[in-house]
Amino acid sequence: MNRFVRALLGASALSLVAMPALAEKLTIATVNNGDMIRMQKLTEDFTKKNPGIELEWVTLEENVLRQKVTTDIATKGGQFDVMTIGTYEVPIWGKQGWLVSLNDLPASYDVDDLLPAIRGGLTVDGTLYAAPFYGESSMVMYRKDLMEKAGLTMPDAPTWEFIGKAARAMTDKEKEVYGICLRGKAGWGENMAFLSATANSFGAKWFDMDWKPQFNGEAWKNALTFYLDLMKDAGPPGASSNGFNENLALFQSGKCGMWIDATVAASFVTNPKDSSVADKVGFALAPDTGLGKRGNWLWAWSLAIPAGSQKVEAAKKFVDWATSKDYLALVAENEGWANVPPGTRKSLYANPEYAKVPFAKMTLDSINSADPNNPAVDKVPYVGVQFVAIPEFQGIATAVGQQFSAALAGTATAEQALANAQQLTERAMQKAGYIK
Amino acid sequence: MSTAHSRAAAKAMISPAVLLLLCWMIVPLSMTVYFSLLSYNLLMPGMEEWIGLTNYEFFLTDPAFFTALSNTLLLVGGVLLITVVGGILLALLLDQPFFGQGIVRILVIAPFFVMPTVSALVWKNMFMNPVNGLFAYLAKFLGLAPFDFLAHAPLLSIILIVAWGWLPFATLILLTALQSLNPEELEAAEMDGAGSLSRFFYIVLPHLARAVTVVVLIQTIFLLSVFAEILVTTNGGPGTASTNITYLVYAQSLLQFDVGGGSAGGIVAVVLANIVAFFLMRMIGKNLEA
Amino acid sequence: MARAVSTRRKLAVTLIAWGIGIAIFFPILWTILTSFKTEAEAVAMPPSFLFFDWTLENYHEVQERSNYFRHFLNSVIISVGSTLVGLVIAIPAAWSMAFVPGKRTKDVLMWMLSTKMLPPVGVLIPIYLLFRDFGLLDTRIGLVIVLTLINLPIIVWMLYTYFKEIPSEILEAARMDGAGLRQEILYVLTPMAVPGIASTLLLNIILAWNEAFWTLNLTAAEAAPLTAFIASYSSPEGLFYAKLSAASTLAIAPILILGWFSQKQLVRGLTFGAVK
Repeated sequence: MNRFVRALLGASALSLVAMPALAEKLTIATVNNGDMIRMQKLTEDFTKKNPGIELEWVTLEENVLRQKVTTDIATKGGQFDVMTIGTYEVPIWGKQGWLVSLNDLPASYDVDDLLPAIRGGLTVDGTLYAAPFYGESSMVMYRKDLMEKAGLTMPDAPTWEFIGKAARAMTDKEKEVYGICLRGKAGWGENMAFLSATANSFGAKWFDMDWKPQFNGEAWKNALTFYLDLMKDAGPPGASSNGFNENLALFQSGKCGMWIDATVAASFVTNPKDSSVADKVGFALAPDTGLGKRGNWLWAWSLAIPAGSQKVEAAKKFVDWATSKDYLALVAENEGWANVPPGTRKSLYANPEYAKVPFAKMTLDSINSADPNNPAVDKVPYVGVQFVAIPEFQGIATAVGQQFSAALAGTATAEQALANAQQLTERAMQKAGYIK
Repeated sequence: MSTAHSRAAAKAMISPAVLLLLCWMIVPLSMTVYFSLLSYNLLMPGMEEWIGLTNYEFFLTDPAFFTALSNTLLLVGGVLLITVVGGILLALLLDQPFFGQGIVRILVIAPFFVMPTVSALVWKNMFMNPVNGLFAYLAKFLGLAPFDFLAHAPLLSIILIVAWGWLPFATLILLTALQSLNPEELEAAEMDGAGSLSRFFYIVLPHLARAVTVVVLIQTIFLLSVFAEILVTTNGGPGTASTNITYLVYAQSLLQFDVGGGSAGGIVAVVLANIVAFFLMRMIGKNLEA
Repeated sequence: MARAVSTRRKLAVTLIAWGIGIAIFFPILWTILTSFKTEAEAVAMPPSFLFFDWTLENYHEVQERSNYFRHFLNSVIISVGSTLVGLVIAIPAAWSMAFVPGKRTKDVLMWMLSTKMLPPVGVLIPIYLLFRDFGLLDTRIGLVIVLTLINLPIIVWMLYTYFKEIPSEILEAARMDGAGLRQEILYVLTPMAVPGIASTLLLNIILAWNEAFWTLNLTAAEAAPLTAFIASYSSPEGLFYAKLSAASTLAIAPILILGWFSQKQLVRGLTFGAVK
């Protein structure tokens, strides 16, 4: 009846005055990634344990989600009770006082069990502002069969030189096998995540200690030229519009020899249901050039509660449920250990059951080897491995990403792309008042 | 003819629409003008300060600005060209008697009902993708190398996607206009020995002129702010190869959350749109009066 | 006197017309077909056209993950609601412009159309702030208001061009008979204008249904229409063509069916005064 009346009067004033509902309804904004969709399907477990709380899911594509939650929290729109955000947002939003402190989660949450690198990325001045749902670094995923065919052996910690050699040896364009698939689609969370992290391993950095952009230096030139040459020789066609998803689809359908990307991808490429190469995948740490930094990033999709929410208590119950040890066990029970959201808890990696998962150790090693507080070879004024935690970064890096994407598409040279990147970053930093 | 009474009534009847649109324009627009004079980043509340025209200076000197401007014009022009020419040809075809006219007409108008987001997603992933797309398959089948549409011809690809959606609209209007043409006129011309080409150019085309104007006017209004197709397919790239003004403003205000810069861009876009509108109305106003 | 057409010519035209018709429709057809494939089959090379294992798996998945019915209902309420409100405001305005034109009428009309050129992104933040203050975020009423305002110029213009074609002698005759303004509109004009109003209605429902910027940015859960539904299926992790196709089919099917069934009505008034 209620539904019928509301359907009829939906457009009328009735819907303006929210009916006092018996159950408290939490609106949760989240990304349409596999792990979150799984969480959504497990809603019942939460509502059974917490009668009186209803969950309303708003699942969106990453860019749309980010744009919506950012607009909402900055204007205090109050449309969401729980938001899914990343390690880039948390330090900025935390500093603004936009998020509810999560220091008082129940003891069963066991905050000390969180991986230190991840926890550190979500903590501002000693306050935990978001609970990690899954954490990721990046690593090399490769096809053991193709590597063997090329007569090479992948070391656990390869150099870029080796990756370059192997990629070219594995390529067989006639058969649509491309030695390496890397991100090329413009976006600060797409190609720039990969390229910023890679640049770190080449000794490059975004800014020096005076916030001067560094794209005119040798190190960036080396990193970018290496990437462009490699992709030209051994990459798939159309790489300049490939992001995480596109590369995943390519790798799963057996068209890539190697793929350097998020560690969470490991569970997708080894899942026989979606992947035609599930039993042939090996893993290695992200490559380096011997300068002391590897090209791997650090990211954690996390749940946070906007300050000013009317339902903080219920929201905390939900955040606790979704990021607890019990939730990991729940997923393991329903979907198997390989599908548990990875990269957040020490106890997961200490679990002998989980250790049997082929990518568990490499994921942990990758996460542990990333240091958001000292991302580059040199000292830098910013926090963040594949990003710079300042509000202006999204816009700048997306514009820079466009330049590098154009270089990959062949419409600009590496020099032009770097010069443009330097110029536009200088302009933006000038406008924002970092440099005169 | 009209009395003072009916004049007053007419004013009263027109005013709700005018007042509403005036509010819709003035309130957000004046807020936008105000924001455009501030240094205002959404992510740094409390730091707003008056900076005069700096935002405009940065927007107008942005190297991407002129690319975006010409891309906007190319996009509007390209889609108009394809839909008007294609629409006339299709209308001529559908006006001929043939079997299954009704069904074919239904097939042809269908793209108009498809959401821009959906059509962009479908074209990008299932057709233009150089590895898994249908075009790549066709190319390989014919022994050619797959063409990477979105990387090497981004603007053209977007023009094609947008034109696909608007072609039915143009066709429908032009077809309706064509059907209102008096067949006797054509027959008389035929009697006088006019060939089919000259009949087309001297009789059919002038008859369609008004319909073409309408198509141009309505589509321009929508095409100036094409956005979803770009966001979904190329994100304005590679480089700024497919960035139009709307997308540039989007990048400013929603990627950078630079409300000040975005607002300045928005105002510039409004001014540009009004310049286009001015010329368009000039051109078309005459045609519609006749 | 009908034009004589040889059968051979008719056959040739039939072939060409069908070929072009199918080519134009093909992307939609392909989407519908793909929605019945498994994810692996959706990217398989060579692609299978009809001979694959038809499956409803994608629709199940979509059903499980999203409340399609609510999104659908929101889309209906928002597009129909905004069109109806728009008509109520636009009919009197268009009437007075068509029958009691002043010196400024054309300027007002052109000005109205030019408001449509306002790029939405430029004013998102101001509108968002206003919506927050009036409690309109994530409400259907809010979206009805915005979409009404956005499409009002088109509605006014379409009606104006249609009304203008109604010969004013008829109105004079009605006036002679002592009809008041109200009767004039209700009993004389409206019946004559029905085809024009009907196609205005249809065109605007279509435009509102497909509007993706405001509907996506001003809603969260309660009022989110099908555009938001699609946004949860575009580029997720892993293979997604088949699920995306299923969601796309569900999002466009209602409006496609409406459009097909009402195409005669739509076309009749879609002349914008362009047909003499």
